[in-house]
Amino acid sequence: MVVFDKPKSLADISMHYCPGCTHGIVHRLVAEVIDELGIEGRTIGIAPVGCSVMAYNYFNCDMIEAAHGRAPAVATGVKRANPDEHIVFTYQGDGDLASIGMAETVHSAARNENITIIFINNAIYGMTGGQMAPTSLPGQVTQTSPYGRDVNACGFPVRVCEMLATLDGPEYLERVTVNSVKAIKNAKKAIKKAFQNQIDKKGFSLVEVLSTCPTNWGMTPKDALKWVDEKMIPYYPLGVYKDRSAKEDK
Amino acid sequence: MANKVLMKGNEAIAEAAIKAGCMHYFGYPITPQTEIAAYMAKRMPKIGGTFLQAESEIAAINMVYGVSAAGYRVMTSSSSPGISLKSEGISYLAGADLPAVIINVQRGGPGLGGIQPSQSDYFQATKGGGHGDFHLIVLAPGNVQEMASLTVKAFELADKYRMPAMILADGTMGQMMEPVEFDFDVTPAPEKPWATNGTKMQRKHNIVNSLSLVPEELEKFNFERFERYAQVEENEVMYDEYLCDDAEILVTAYGIASRVTKNAVDEARKKGIKVGLIRPITVWPFPKKPFAKMAEKVKHVICVELSMGQMIEDVKLAVECKVPVTLCNRSGGMIPSTEQILAEIEKYAKGE
Amino acid sequence: MAKLTINVDNCKGCGLCVDVCPKKVLELSPNKINKKGHKPVEAVREADCIGCAFCATMCPDCIIKVER
Repeated sequence: MVVFDKPKSLADISMHYCPGCTHGIVHRLVAEVIDELGIEGRTIGIAPVGCSVMAYNYFNCDMIEAAHGRAPAVATGVKRANPDEHIVFTYQGDGDLASIGMAETVHSAARNENITIIFINNAIYGMTGGQMAPTSLPGQVTQTSPYGRDVNACGFPVRVCEMLATLDGPEYLERVTVNSVKAIKNAKKAIKKAFQNQIDKKGFSLVEVLSTCPTNWGMTPKDALKWVDEKMIPYYPLGVYKDRSAKEDK
Repeated sequence: MANKVLMKGNEAIAEAAIKAGCMHYFGYPITPQTEIAAYMAKRMPKIGGTFLQAESEIAAINMVYGVSAAGYRVMTSSSSPGISLKSEGISYLAGADLPAVIINVQRGGPGLGGIQPSQSDYFQATKGGGHGDFHLIVLAPGNVQEMASLTVKAFELADKYRMPAMILADGTMGQMMEPVEFDFDVTPAPEKPWATNGTKMQRKHNIVNSLSLVPEELEKFNFERFERYAQVEENEVMYDEYLCDDAEILVTAYGIASRVTKNAVDEARKKGIKVGLIRPITVWPFPKKPFAKMAEKVKHVICVELSMGQMIEDVKLAVECKVPVTLCNRSGGMIPSTEQILAEIEKYAKGE
Repeated sequence: MAKLTINVDNCKGCGLCVDVCPKKVLELSPNKINKKGHKPVEAVREADCIGCAFCATMCPDCIIKVER
């Protein structure tokens, strides 16, 4: 009996991510969910600009590459073009979603656009080689904050789930991580719910995944997983920040 | 029996887009084109289409990118500063070979500029606008009827050549009212086997993309795209000639400037001056041939523009230095008067 | 006994599977280098594998198939 195998909607090619980068885990979870919900044939994924820019090669569903930060706008277009048929997800990093694309993020949430957003928060710009992200922690050393993020000079990190939860628009917001087997199982549940919500026409569903960047954090993959527990989760607590339907059911 | 309606230029564009099968519109308010968005907001819900006021021009053009990628006819509209914001998205549309229609109802610039009519986005429209090697098909209507008919044409050409097309109008054209007919024969959108509308598990996945990290590939795509552009230049040039047969002086202008210029040509003819007018309708592709032909027989060319002189560069290239070309212009939202243009014609007719 | 099928060529040698395995079945190869230039993972004590799939769950590159 097969206990575990590569999901069908994940392309059978090697991904370009660095050793130990958790992007690959999240890609696989998305693909597993697409398989389990039987929606590959009507799913359109939107890749961002950043490390996951080439995500369009890794999924077997139709894929679009968006301009930096504009994935929610592109997703809005694809969804509105055929709302009953298309299942649309974006896959975005922290620079893409929370810096350059903040307006698109906030307004697609405010409109309760019926799309699914997978948001990878690894507190750094990976593709360009480790610069400060909008989600870099206070004091975090990056290429563009070489003395540690000075909040007086460059402000505080953005907590996306908490911020979006203040809006009436979005249906579902949850922050998860993938730094352990248990966390991965929980992350998958959240991602599945975020897709199921779209199928059920409930609206904007965003899953923020605290992710690792061993290369640019300058750590081993194993230490990077620990750093999520020790540094990231205290600043970005895991949990459900909004679940309108669940609240209404009560 | 033709059915004429009195309409604003902006509204004519909106209605023509719907007639062309555009069921999706994304916009953001900016004077002097907002009537397009307002018209779409009224009409789209009634015909089961999409009207969405985006959070910015940037978002709007990327929503257009999404609809176009999914294989549907789609439009956005704006005015000069807003088109600058859309330029990133327009470059991506070009890079991903996506058809779309973009309306620019020009106002004076640079910067926030003014809200009065202008033609100062000619360079931006015809030389690319965004980054990278690409062109838009750029159509310049000269009356409200053409605001409608060229909008339909823009959808057809965008689909035919898989590239974005722009209507380059101006504030006067957008706001003026004239009778319009909407009895077009619309060429429906072709099959789009490249569209990202779901594989239905029937085919390999489609990817809409403008990224090519391998330089050999990117070069190949650019060469292929420019072969397509060469076909557009070969097949799609449009212009009007007026009283050119015996002309000794040639005047040229597009859009709103061509209307005043035509009056000046008529006045000059009354005075016995042999003057003709070429009105480019496509400004990209630019009608080079008629200018080359006229350069053989006229002694002077006057380019009338609502800008500091932009189209004049294309005119100079087209006449290949065979005849002097000078500018007659106003800027900042001002429109040249018939008298100003007439005086210019008279000056060169006398051989000054 | 469970069976592991590892796509050795696609392994990046990150070792996350090694750390997560409760039965210490996996090790990074001390002497082999795969096509990518990494020391790939090997099931050195496959007989001890209980098929929990923790390794496959943790693997960012989806290279491990687990059968029981």
